[in-house]
Amino acid sequence: MTSRILITALFAGASAGLMAGLLQLLFVQPVLLHAELYESGQMTHFGAGAVGARLPLPAFDAVRDVLSVIFTMLTYTGYALLMVALMSIAEERGAPIDARWGLLWGVAGFVAFHLAPGFSLAPEVPGAAAAEVTARQIWWFATVGAACVSLWLIAFGGRVLLWALAVVLLLLPHLIGAPEPTRFAGPVPPEIAALFAARAFGVGLAAWVILGAFAGLFWQREGARISAAERI
Amino acid sequence: MTTLTQTRSSLRFAPAIFVALLGLGVISLTGHVQAAALHDAAHDMRHATGFPCH
Repeated sequence: MTSRILITALFAGASAGLMAGLLQLLFVQPVLLHAELYESGQMTHFGAGAVGARLPLPAFDAVRDVLSVIFTMLTYTGYALLMVALMSIAEERGAPIDARWGLLWGVAGFVAFHLAPGFSLAPEVPGAAAAEVTARQIWWFATVGAACVSLWLIAFGGRVLLWALAVVLLLLPHLIGAPEPTRFAGPVPPEIAALFAARAFGVGLAAWVILGAFAGLFWQREGARISAAERI
Repeated sequence: MTTLTQTRSSLRFAPAIFVALLGLGVISLTGHVQAAALHDAAHDMRHATGFPCH
């Protein structure tokens, strides 16, 4: 069982993570580099120069960008280890796990790990003012944990009381509120910040759906391989 | 007998719980640990994924 979970998660996580990394490089990185021109002061919002002037972005930086892709693959492998472990428990309790159901698992993963925390702690463009990082991380983990439990209850709870608890768990972190900065000091234009958050969410959703489908698919394949090996 | 059954059913999910904790560890390491080298290497990914970065 352990090897089936591990093998499924490693392959699904690494391949979905590779796609996530490339999508981020293509769609998020240019926005991030543009924002860094403001963060470093090379461009100024409402400065003396023409607003909207675009400096050429730094070229492809092999070390920086390859590291980003590798760390994206690692992160999605972490997501996959968690998700496939939960998939195995769900299957044990009678839920079907395959590529099609995996799509739904992927959407749920995106909601739990990106949308739920991002609803109050929006993906930050470099230079954005923010509260102290430890406080935000505690809030992030608590919100993600609550969202995971909540989505599990919505999917498998099957009782009104548990669904009500799920709604409370989804709302509570946002009613309490995320740690906020005491003053706004971000030098980056709101247009870039908004595009950054939108792109981060878009790439996150795409990558998570791919991750869910791959996890379901590989889970099936690995199960079939193991039972074929047992028959011999 | 009851205790035996309970032990078995709680052990049944042990591999899943172990792997889930492993996954949590990986996410903490790549996305949240503030050590300078890790932070610098993972910087762009942390922003692009929506983790609290610095």
